[in-house]
Amino acid sequence: MFDALTNKLGSVLTSLRGRGRISADNVREAMREIRTALLEADVNVEVARKFCDDCTQKALGMEVINTLRPEQVMVKVVYDELVGLMGPIDVHIPFVSKPPTVILMAGLQGSGKTTTCAKLARYCMQRGKKPMLVAADLKRPAAIDQLEVLGTQLEVPVYVERDHQNPVKVCRNAINDARKRDRDVVILDTAGRLAIDEEMMAEVAQIAQTTSPHQIYLVLDAMTGQDAVNTAKAFDQRLELDGAILTKFDSDTRGGAALSVKSVTGKPIKFIGVGEKLDALEEFHAERIASRILGMGDVVSLVEKAQQSFDAEATAKTQEKMAKGTMGLDDFLTQLDGMRKMGPMKSILKMIPGVGAAMGNVDLPEEDLDRIKGIVHSMTPQERKNPDVIDASRRRRIAKGAGVEGPEVSGLVKQFTQMRGLMKQMAGMGMGGRLRMTQQLANMGMLDGGIPKMKKGTTKYQPRKTERKKRRRR
Amino acid sequence: MGLFDFLKQGLAKTRDKIVSGFQKLLAVGRRIDAELLDQLSDAMLAGDMGPQAVRGLVDEVRQAWQAGQLSEAQEILPFLKRQITSTWGDVDRGVHFAPVPPTVIFVVGINGSGKTTSVAKLAWWLKQQGKSVLLGACDTFRAAAIDQLVIWAKRAGVDIVKHKPNSDPAAVAFDACDAALARKVDVLLIDTAGRLHTQEHLMRELNKIQRVVQKRIPEAPHEVLLVLDATVGQNAINQARIFSEAVKVSGLFLAKLDGSAKGGIVVGIRDQLDIPVKFVGLGETIEAIAPFDPVAFVDALFEGL
Repeated sequence: MFDALTNKLGSVLTSLRGRGRISADNVREAMREIRTALLEADVNVEVARKFCDDCTQKALGMEVINTLRPEQVMVKVVYDELVGLMGPIDVHIPFVSKPPTVILMAGLQGSGKTTTCAKLARYCMQRGKKPMLVAADLKRPAAIDQLEVLGTQLEVPVYVERDHQNPVKVCRNAINDARKRDRDVVILDTAGRLAIDEEMMAEVAQIAQTTSPHQIYLVLDAMTGQDAVNTAKAFDQRLELDGAILTKFDSDTRGGAALSVKSVTGKPIKFIGVGEKLDALEEFHAERIASRILGMGDVVSLVEKAQQSFDAEATAKTQEKMAKGTMGLDDFLTQLDGMRKMGPMKSILKMIPGVGAAMGNVDLPEEDLDRIKGIVHSMTPQERKNPDVIDASRRRRIAKGAGVEGPEVSGLVKQFTQMRGLMKQMAGMGMGGRLRMTQQLANMGMLDGGIPKMKKGTTKYQPRKTERKKRRRR
Repeated sequence: MGLFDFLKQGLAKTRDKIVSGFQKLLAVGRRIDAELLDQLSDAMLAGDMGPQAVRGLVDEVRQAWQAGQLSEAQEILPFLKRQITSTWGDVDRGVHFAPVPPTVIFVVGINGSGKTTSVAKLAWWLKQQGKSVLLGACDTFRAAAIDQLVIWAKRAGVDIVKHKPNSDPAAVAFDACDAALARKVDVLLIDTAGRLHTQEHLMRELNKIQRVVQKRIPEAPHEVLLVLDATVGQNAINQARIFSEAVKVSGLFLAKLDGSAKGGIVVGIRDQLDIPVKFVGLGETIEAIAPFDPVAFVDALFEGL
């Protein structure tokens, strides 16, 4: 799923390639893809539409940074908007000064209430609290037993009244009992109920009325589809929720329900359940879920890294040279360095949607980049500017300086000349284009050590030596 | 009570609340136009049918409209229902019984989808069909899952084979096979622990249960039913696909169809995978089960939109 969407976004990027600056058409086309992404992530269709409309407005009003591709700007707009919508997040549980703090847990059947109650009890214990679990699910066979087993595992008392049929009374008695036993947090595990089951909804509302819980959480399966909004709305109307806990987030669901819940009820997602073990409860992070909904890997951090790593001015200059085909090996080095500042080559390429898949398992040895650098550093400024002047004698000298064999030097030069042609074609494409260039380079075999055959392990690029040379030349 | 009555009963609860946008959309007298098709698409998306299946269906409507086969909005609904039910066609939705009993049925699914309740309903339903049934309590992991099944077994009036909590589920399945053979029962229903399809080791465990069962009954399992919660979204497609890789899923059990969600995802699943829906669950009582009926299902699906 993740890969599928990453690829799709990759193809949107391709379809927008070479169209220059952001336009209403650009936005509309990409927005359609993003809308599909949202729908595939189970974001509610109404929420998705409103969201896309808002984003379109924002994207159109945006100043486009010179070095970024329009679609990347847009992805960032969408991402920021998603994060904004799901935040700000307040994951702390407000414990009351006059204990016990009563927490009511409600939700549909099978959403994971009982397990989550136990996880929450553990969470409270870790914060120095003395929780008590209350078995108020008198409906499902053996639900009481389940909570008792979990309570034993956690060494948390479980309040049980086996003969009772009325959960309202059980909850009320439980709170009194908690006071007596000096438990400062009471977690009420209620029965699963459908939002449209009048009788059952009335029952949980009555529990809330009688016990006046300090916090009421909706437990929702993260894999829930479009119906998540109806459920959230119905429970919120009856109970005035304080937040939601999304369960089963360790599946491959993209979790669009999170956005739906937040935008319909305005209530925050507090926690996510990420496993069957009782410690598998995490605080909610809007950023992570936003990436997950968009299934876009780390495009955003890539964009941010790019902004930091590339000097806009220098890039513009290089771009001009690229367009004219007068780019030298020096400029090439600057580009390589710029990219390397962003992090290891492989991880950068993985961050680009579409590229990750295209690259497959191509190995990108960092040391080969070092060798390329070593070779270029062994050239004179004239050679760097115009590699055509390199003859056999110069080649021998360069090879010696870089500690490589002669053919490696000519391989690099040949490769570079080819690449310069390619760059001329791609000039004016901005960041995205240049990153795509890297992909092409890889396809040409340059980065995986294909054409400029690097013999591994014979000699290594020695930075200090070349640095010294560089200084000498100055 | 038939499926449709059940669905209607379920819908009756919601009828006051839901303003049927779909009915309004396809009002009498309205002509088909591009805007209508967009709205149609949104309405179907809201039913969890999934972007891919919806795009396909709307394209079919558009083509029929452009070819002059459709012109009025009111013609769309019957057209869509025909399209969807026809994809289900004459698929074999019956239970595959083994030529020589016992028939072994695995019930699998993610946590909380409703497996244990569905097993109970199946036991009850099979008994109604005159079959003798034995249950295998192979969910040894979740706290009190065995107790839950024991209670259901009592209600359904069937026997159960169980071990202690946290024992090896494959061992329970093995013993259940022996018991089924010894007692000459018609059907052995195996309840498995809920597992997320993303947890490889648990999917391997499922496969192991299958291998162990095959040592006693080589053709088993004759049916593998994947239980899906009707509220589930697009992730169900992944669930169906990945469960099928571990054990060959032969049918779907669509549980909790009595809620406000109408299980539109099965349209999406049908669009992408070849797994028939065999049963639907319609409530918390043991008899709230019905064999899948495409026409009634699609009627209810669109009525709920």
